[in-house]
Amino acid sequence: MKILVPVKRVIDYNVKARPKDDGSDVDLSLAKMGLNPFCEIAIEAALRIKDENDQCEVIAVSVGEKQAQEQIRTALAMGADRGILVEADSPLEPLAVAKCLKIIADRECPDLLIFGKQGIDNDNNQTGQMVAALCGYPQGTFCSAIDIVGDVVAITREVDGGSEVWELPLPAVLTADLRLNEPRYASLPNIMKAKKKPLEVMALGDLGVDTRPRQALLGVSLPSERKPGIKVDSVADLIEKLKNEAKVIL
Amino acid sequence: MKVLIIAQHSEGVLDATTLNVVRAALAISEDISLLVAGCECREVAEDARYLEGVTNVILADHPCYESLSAENLSSLVAEMVPPYSHILAPANTFGKNVMPRLGALLDVQPLTDVLHIEGTDVFLRPIYAGNLIARIQSNDNVKAMTVRTSAFPPVTRRTEACTLEVVDKAFDLQLSRRTKIEIGRSDRPDLGTARVVVSGGRAVGSSENFKLLYSLADKLNGSVGASRAAVDAGFVPYDLQIGQSGRVVAPELYIAVGISGAIQHIAGMKDSKVVVAINKDADAPIFDIADYGLVADLFDVLPELEAQLC
Repeated sequence: MKILVPVKRVIDYNVKARPKDDGSDVDLSLAKMGLNPFCEIAIEAALRIKDENDQCEVIAVSVGEKQAQEQIRTALAMGADRGILVEADSPLEPLAVAKCLKIIADRECPDLLIFGKQGIDNDNNQTGQMVAALCGYPQGTFCSAIDIVGDVVAITREVDGGSEVWELPLPAVLTADLRLNEPRYASLPNIMKAKKKPLEVMALGDLGVDTRPRQALLGVSLPSERKPGIKVDSVADLIEKLKNEAKVIL
Repeated sequence: MKVLIIAQHSEGVLDATTLNVVRAALAISEDISLLVAGCECREVAEDARYLEGVTNVILADHPCYESLSAENLSSLVAEMVPPYSHILAPANTFGKNVMPRLGALLDVQPLTDVLHIEGTDVFLRPIYAGNLIARIQSNDNVKAMTVRTSAFPPVTRRTEACTLEVVDKAFDLQLSRRTKIEIGRSDRPDLGTARVVVSGGRAVGSSENFKLLYSLADKLNGSVGASRAAVDAGFVPYDLQIGQSGRVVAPELYIAVGISGAIQHIAGMKDSKVVVAINKDADAPIFDIADYGLVADLFDVLPELEAQLC
């Protein structure tokens, strides 16, 4: 069993992103960066399969700037076996990332690709589904449970209003939802060991993929703020306001 | 400009979000086709013919579309483009499953969660859990997108039906198989379209205590939601979670009960018309975005509130 886990370097989930002063883009100049939380869940999912299976290799792959090596090392410290970085100078759109990952998938021939369902930066929720399309693989998105039986993976999907169980033949693409698992912490010895694990760096240019952007970012702004409200003193006061001021109840 | 909408439906009923997607489509063109793919779903297609703004309904009725799998559905839609300039679906677990796969098949870069349409190629969408809004120009020849349905009011139904076209194309890739569906049965309105949402956080304390919220919601003919903390604690199922990784709602009235107001939660409800916050902690961030804040113990307030509402 070979599992490919694509991971993304994103802003730390506790940091509130701000626009640049000129409104041209997001200001990441001083932001603390980390491994996308959904990618951490994807790594954990792969490691749990590996824990049950001696013959399992987990490969963490990222398409991004040079510093994304840090996030691959995090995945290696959690327990992934090796890493691959496709080094790109500028951020790529999901379609371009998917095309790069398709090339890696063609080379590595994994049985399973496990993605986080979305990056918490651009909230696109696209790359996994796109790789599935490009590879012609089945896709299981929003997974809250994964169970491999032979050459079929059974998954539970969290959908609006409930859940569904699907069966997909391997190889397949899965995307991890929030409740799939709780990722493990890397221990200090494992962090040290991770420094010696292989991390292959490839130049984006060597992949021969057309990654030219399809979209232009015209600007980034803050959403309209809610107007400051008031404190009410009692339930009676609240009901009076909802009826006569806001007029949202009769 | 020609728009194609991919309709979501289940058990013979068109999903209510379709009405919002049609509204979004009207901001692009007056030539709107709506695809109803499924198995034995002619009734849904017939119903869709009466939606304001829809000029043509396309029915693809075949057992291979029964589960609306992304694999089969995206292959069908990819085959139908051109002539369409825009392809729209709701930004929920259905649309977000299908649209990226379709985008890759068409070699276009879709937009997720469009909340405003400025023109035929310029769109606004939230990024960073809705803390920022990106203004994006799409240069693809086909613009594929999921739209945030709470940002577009629903269209109405009309008395005249539009044309119905039947396509006889079966893309049976047999790549995936749905074996089970568990949909939470409830007489309450759907969380995504409810006029009132009563939402609880960790401070509610237990699933037993959530009954206080259900009771209040029923009185207001509303629905119940929850913060991630309440879902993580096991008080309510995951499908009630509101926020960056759950549902996005924008009801007329949102009552946040014992919710502190993490940015991820606020991302899912800040477009509500009126927000009420009830929390013991006067410093809770939820009060910064609430129209009406009541600093009090929820266990005192909820029964009183319910009793005083006639």
